[in-house]
Amino acid sequence: MTQSVVVQVGQCGNQIGCCFWDLALREHAAVNQKGIYDEAISSFFRNVDTRVVGDGGSISKGKICSLKARAVLIDMEEGVVNEILQGPLRDVFDTKQLITDISGSGNNWAVGHKVFGSLYQDQILEKFRKSAEHCDCLQCFFIIHSMGGGTGSGLGTFLLKVLEDEFPEVYRFVTSIYPSGEDDVITSPYNSILAMKELNEHADCVLPIDNQSLFDIISKIDLMVNSGKLGTTVKPKSLVTSSSGALKKQHKKPFDAMNNIVANLLLNLTRLDQMFSDAFSKDHQLLRADPKHSLYLACALMVRGNVQISDLRRNIERLKPSLQFVSWNQEGWKTSLCSVPPVGHSHSLLALANNTCVKPTFMELKERFMRLYKKKAHLHHYLQVEGMEESCFTEAVSSLSALIQEYDQLDATKNMPVQDLPRLSIAM
Amino acid sequence: MSIVTVQLGQCGNQIGFEVFDALLSDSHSSQGLCSMRENEAYQASCKERFFSEEENGVPIARAVLVDMEPKVINQMLSKAAQSGQWKYGQHACFCQKQGSGNNWAYGYSVHGPRHEESIMNIIRKEVEKCDSFSGFFIIMSMAGGTGSGLGAFVTQNLEDQYSNSLKMNQIIWPYGTGEVIVQNYNSILTLSHLYRSSDALLLHENDAIHKICAKLMNIKQISFSDINQVLAHQLGSVFQPTYSAESSFHYRRNPLDLMEHLVPHPEFKMLSVRNIPHMSENSLAYTTFTWAGLLKHLRQMLISNAKMEEGIDRHVWPPLSGLPPLSKMSLNKDLHFNTSIANLVILRGKDVQSADVEGFKDPALYTSWLKPVNAFNVWKTQRAFSKYEKSAVLVSNSQFLVKPLDMIVGKAWNMFASKAYIHQYTKFGIEEEDFLDSFTSLEQVVASYCNL
Repeated sequence: MTQSVVVQVGQCGNQIGCCFWDLALREHAAVNQKGIYDEAISSFFRNVDTRVVGDGGSISKGKICSLKARAVLIDMEEGVVNEILQGPLRDVFDTKQLITDISGSGNNWAVGHKVFGSLYQDQILEKFRKSAEHCDCLQCFFIIHSMGGGTGSGLGTFLLKVLEDEFPEVYRFVTSIYPSGEDDVITSPYNSILAMKELNEHADCVLPIDNQSLFDIISKIDLMVNSGKLGTTVKPKSLVTSSSGALKKQHKKPFDAMNNIVANLLLNLTRLDQMFSDAFSKDHQLLRADPKHSLYLACALMVRGNVQISDLRRNIERLKPSLQFVSWNQEGWKTSLCSVPPVGHSHSLLALANNTCVKPTFMELKERFMRLYKKKAHLHHYLQVEGMEESCFTEAVSSLSALIQEYDQLDATKNMPVQDLPRLSIAM
Repeated sequence: MSIVTVQLGQCGNQIGFEVFDALLSDSHSSQGLCSMRENEAYQASCKERFFSEEENGVPIARAVLVDMEPKVINQMLSKAAQSGQWKYGQHACFCQKQGSGNNWAYGYSVHGPRHEESIMNIIRKEVEKCDSFSGFFIIMSMAGGTGSGLGAFVTQNLEDQYSNSLKMNQIIWPYGTGEVIVQNYNSILTLSHLYRSSDALLLHENDAIHKICAKLMNIKQISFSDINQVLAHQLGSVFQPTYSAESSFHYRRNPLDLMEHLVPHPEFKMLSVRNIPHMSENSLAYTTFTWAGLLKHLRQMLISNAKMEEGIDRHVWPPLSGLPPLSKMSLNKDLHFNTSIANLVILRGKDVQSADVEGFKDPALYTSWLKPVNAFNVWKTQRAFSKYEKSAVLVSNSQFLVKPLDMIVGKAWNMFASKAYIHQYTKFGIEEEDFLDSFTSLEQVVASYCNL
């Protein structure tokens, strides 16, 4: 079984990370009755004998002694991390896994990326190496951060380059919280677009999520809870990462560039088939997006619970006619089944799609950026940081424009009839 | 004579388990409808082929289990042990931790060479245990990464190291609506490589077996376990002992003989299986069969290219003899009549000697360059299989798989033209030329079958 390391950066990243670890522990507790440290747990946790001082305490089999999260927690302010360390999860982390500072990044990408990046580069590298050493077979880094702030956005993307250089074979899977329209950080468009350029170049796969969509989902659930049906708070990201199967995400990415994935997680609030229908509707995405009216490059469906292959097949066949797939990937589905249902539900469906519906979000972000940039608003806060120049901004924007253009080109093929290309002809 | 089974990847291992289970259950069945002496000969032959004996009498499957992830192999080992009836050998497994990521290139170019020695050693030990070794039965899927890529690599190695032994590959054809995004790439790479190194490819389509589960077995929520059991039933009815023509108590010695009968020409290696009847146990109790009825249906299934005994197109007839041959089949027209190269019918059960198979000897069923006397074979065995009073299975080398193959090649070609996902393969040493080679070989195969 392979292991993954979670890297949580900035206030947002650490808060989400904390929820993730909480849910991961609850999931394993629900399934692992005998307290044996098995392969599933080892993908995210180490088993440590806390009486041993220093590094030697790892236990690879047998009963669970003390679980430690395979995580690195980074924040340039102490508030959130301190809270975690004083809260119920304090024993799951140890101080050797943290990097903190006092002053914060002031919602400034340049401070996070350039200043703290160079200041903490060595420490960051050392923590990553340590966490990798504790893994038998490291497959993936999960990075959680927000795009609109300073630390998560700037330092979070800085460390992608570090990971790429140091561990080129290990996947970098990034969950990014994009700022909503009514974000209270004025410079969030700057931060986001500067960060996006880095993501495009150094991340293998990006899961963009926006707060507004999360709010909408929660209000739907609240509505259902109030009307008497069962519901729980949504921790979407946690369920994305706590599935214990091997990671096969590279199939969502046909070309190196297109690495933005739209995620959609459905919990069992409705019947099985309804769950599948909802997975493709715009009301249930973790990003403001309408996948049904855009073009799919590929789609992965991961079902948990007592769902069989025939249910999955039946629903794919039912929904396929209403979805548009790119011409050379008409059956671009990856399916997987996990018989263990999530905590508190009888089944769930996770749909990850590589779809051009992310384009409007990016275009909107670009517009917000341009409105600020044209007026040179707040630019001096960035330019006064050593290493920052205006070219950083122009390059970032053109990187985004190029990406949007690639999505445009795909969209242009949308309603064209599927042409079969002429095949090789054989002389008999 | 003994067969060594190599189970590769998640699919291969899950199916392999069901096959051994089905073989042993049938062997222990009390409804053999034959004399005790005959039953004992059958059991002994089955045991010799597929199992070796352990000290306390629990048979050990003659199998090697290979996977690049541990979870499926571990599950299959414990399931077998729990049955109490048989088990897998302790040292018969090879596993790694990382998996192949559904990437053929990773299975073939990375895992293959890296683990070649270990895997071939385990296989060698298993072969050495056989008093009289007949050949290999390799079970794999073609859509994933390990079964397909590592499977192709291992088969090639077997061809190099055991060139005098027969090899049959059991390959699972994925669902048409997609299970793995790059399944078409993985499939064409697998098929083109196996065509060179294997002696016969026995292909089973998930879609076809799924329909059998739905329509014939009436299973509501079909699981992979159901599908694998249907498959195991079909394979069991092919591989269980059968009489040799000479005397009734002498079970045919070499189970892989069927390859000799069915693959007369190396250009034509694709075999498929159709069996009749197939139904849920509940219905079985209330149905009676006649050989005439079963064989008539089976023949119609053959010529109309039906996958199962329901919904057979009865308006397809072979060309009348004496008339000029039908124009060569082109894929633009609907494929109506299914021309065969060679067929093998295996009959098991009550009154089997009275079964009349003349209908299968009609020259119109076959291509012109092979006479029915060479193209058609029948094996009859009194001992019934798995609770079916009468059962018939047809292993056929015919145009059955041309259309699906053509479709897969077409889809893979479209994807290849846009270069999608190619970087995942070139990263591990499978270049665009390798893809082109595969396309060329398979177009050749399609054309050859079409021209029958």
